Amino acid sequence: MYKYDAIDRQLITERVEQFRDQVSRWQSGELTSDEFRPLRLQNGLYVQRHAPMLRIAVPYGMMNTAQLRKLAFVARTYDKGYGHFSTRHNMQFNWPKIEDCPDILGHLADVEMHAIQTSGNCLRNITTDQFAGVAADEVIDPRPLAEILRQWTTFHPEFAFLPRKFKIAISGTKEDRAVTWFHDIGLHLQQQDGETGFRVIVGGGLGRTPIRGQIVRPFLPWQHILTYCEAILRVYNRFGRRDNAYKARIKILVQALGVDAFTQLVETEWAQIKDGPATLTQAEYDRIAAHFTAPAYDRQVDASAFANQIENDKAFARWVERNTHPHQVAGYVAVTLSLKQHGAAPGDISADQMDLVADLADQYSFGELRVSHEQNVILADVRKSDLHAVWQAAKGAGLATPNIGLLTAIICCPGGDFCDLANAKSIPIANAIQARFDNLDYLFDIGEIDLNISGCMNACGHHHVGHIGVLGVDKNEAEFYQVTLGGRQGYDARLGKVIGPSFAAEEMPDVVEKIISVYLENRHPDERFLDTFDRIGIDPFKNRVYEGRAHGKAKTAQKEAA
Amino acid sequence: MMAQLIKDNTLAADTWQTLELGPDETPENVALPSGDVIFPAAVWLARKTEIISGNKRIGLLLKGDDRLEDIGGDLDHFIVIAIDFPKFVDGRGYSTASLLRQRYRYAGELRAVGDVLHDQLFFLKRVGFDAYALKGDKNAVQAIAKGFSTFSDAYQTSTDQPQPRFRRRA
Ligand code: HEM
Ligand code: SF4
Repeated sequence: MYKYDAIDRQLITERVEQFRDQVSRWQSGELTSDEFRPLRLQNGLYVQRHAPMLRIAVPYGMMNTAQLRKLAFVARTYDKGYGHFSTRHNMQFNWPKIEDCPDILGHLADVEMHAIQTSGNCLRNITTDQFAGVAADEVIDPRPLAEILRQWTTFHPEFAFLPRKFKIAISGTKEDRAVTWFHDIGLHLQQQDGETGFRVIVGGGLGRTPIRGQIVRPFLPWQHILTYCEAILRVYNRFGRRDNAYKARIKILVQALGVDAFTQLVETEWAQIKDGPATLTQAEYDRIAAHFTAPAYDRQVDASAFANQIENDKAFARWVERNTHPHQVAGYVAVTLSLKQHGAAPGDISADQMDLVADLADQYSFGELRVSHEQNVILADVRKSDLHAVWQAAKGAGLATPNIGLLTAIICCPGGDFCDLANAKSIPIANAIQARFDNLDYLFDIGEIDLNISGCMNACGHHHVGHIGVLGVDKNEAEFYQVTLGGRQGYDARLGKVIGPSFAAEEMPDVVEKIISVYLENRHPDERFLDTFDRIGIDPFKNRVYEGRAHGKAKTAQKEAA
Repeated sequence: MMAQLIKDNTLAADTWQTLELGPDETPENVALPSGDVIFPAAVWLARKTEIISGNKRIGLLLKGDDRLEDIGGDLDHFIVIAIDFPKFVDGRGYSTASLLRQRYRYAGELRAVGDVLHDQLFFLKRVGFDAYALKGDKNAVQAIAKGFSTFSDAYQTSTDQPQPRFRRRA
């Protein structure tokens, strides 16, 4: 994992001092609230429904155990003993005091963590694949280039006040686990004629106008990534709309100009800076990549006991089936610790759980861990012979729900319980669905399915790319939920289709159950939900869900509620 | 309140006046003052020859929507170019400044005007500004003491440091 050098460390220390000074100038009235707002946002500090919220970056999802323990310390000391992992490799604390934030950031800086650019209209935290560097299907490890991009984005002087937020995701596998098609810039690392480079995708995004990104350059040799990003950002900074926040993302500019004209502008700009000093060198790549070398793997893992354990312990076998991921090194797997325990807020993790995960990582996974955009924690390098011990410890802490990839591993934003922008609550919907599908045999029988929930059209819960997507909507001040089907992430990422009029909260478990029943009745052997959906289309689902609702029970329910 | 001009790390007297168009004035009909005048780009474009013959020292004001490409050939005429920040969160001026310095090789005074505050100074300096019209009601002493030295180094290439940090490593 990347370790800071003296300058990296100095910069984040200076950032803490800068922020401390900004807070004190705001308290003294020298900075108005309007002037302070963008400054605190660029430090991840929101003011939410009940309290401020502080968002801390976990750059490209990698963390060491000292960092996780520090987060546990912050959760206990300055918050209510827990934190929330978001879909963007961030940890959010829901209850800090503004005046404590400089101290919190000071503690974080001690372990090379920060909240820099985790919000605001600037270059945000870079995200990638949670299995980067260990995944069996990986073509190129994206982490060195993600770190290079992290440095480039940090305090970029020209791009600190963009028209709108800007998110870059990078992936190095064919399958793409980083939702790269739905980012402002999505980068696919690939090899062409023996050369390493990127497919550059621009103009994707979710939110109220979800758009799949478009390829601006099929292949860009890796050395040029900084100058090319600079060209894209400069075009966006100059020509992106600033009159309307809803039309300010780069996706709108790309749509307005058309991808060809947009590409032309970028290429013209790039021609002027290409091969300049910001062109990456092999020496720099090697220097950064040296931080991401493989740990001292045990090349002789004795997996015989493991085979027995699988044979004899069904619960363990289920967990292994769902919560482990193939590894490049024989005898190892990556373990996903589920933060989707039924009944808990998806993505939430208590300080005690953080400490336990840190202990597990120290003992079994070289002292490092990852967070995923599905809001789980990953131990990336676990010996098969250690799995049973990891499972038992995780189980004791509520971190071993064997549901990864299944219906109840719901991606869910904080919604109306915390978020000021919410139209509807999302956590209780997730919990009600989990309660309905609490039977593991049933859950396993249903098989792979992504259910994503957002509390409003900002789409923080990625509802558009859930196989089943649930979106909170506000109708006459009452909370309703719109359902989409067929969305997906991955290389073939696409948006779900709206099934029809929205539903009241208490209807949601029934609605999901009906959708599932259509699948179970129609599936061919070996078909996942998505396969059946693609084969039979949306109508059978629609018919079942709205059966017997002359013009929609939702409407009546809505009137009653209103 | 009058803006406070910061130059060379100190408060400086401002000898320049900026031509503002009244409600009935257009770039074509506005009276051209003499002395050290900063002309809006539209006035410059409409009245170039007149301005050149009437004013020895010419300044230019670039607003957000003005196209740098339109005045790129005229830069030798200007002693000052002022770039307007209508709101401090409107960051177009950073790209304009970068282009003026790095692409067009403009070497005169580059002045940030408008909603210019303490916490922009570091970035403004990096992209190539060398004069800053800090808003009148802000603490200039504090801004000068801390605003330019917020960070001791930077990763990226920029006007004030054309070499990225990775090329400056020992
Ligand atoms: C609680 C405070 C939060 C606020 C105020 C907030 C606000 C927003 C807004 C306004 C957008 C739409 C941006 C646009 O389309 O221009 C957005 C998008 C997004 N946010 Fe949040 N969000 C919050 C929390 C979260 C959390 C907890 C997550 C992760 C669970 C998250 C992840 C995302 C993602 C993935 C997107 C959509 C991707 C895209 O930008 O296109 N946000 N958020
Ligand atoms: S989707 Fe809406 S409700 Fe959920 S966190 Fe984002 S802004 Fe808040």
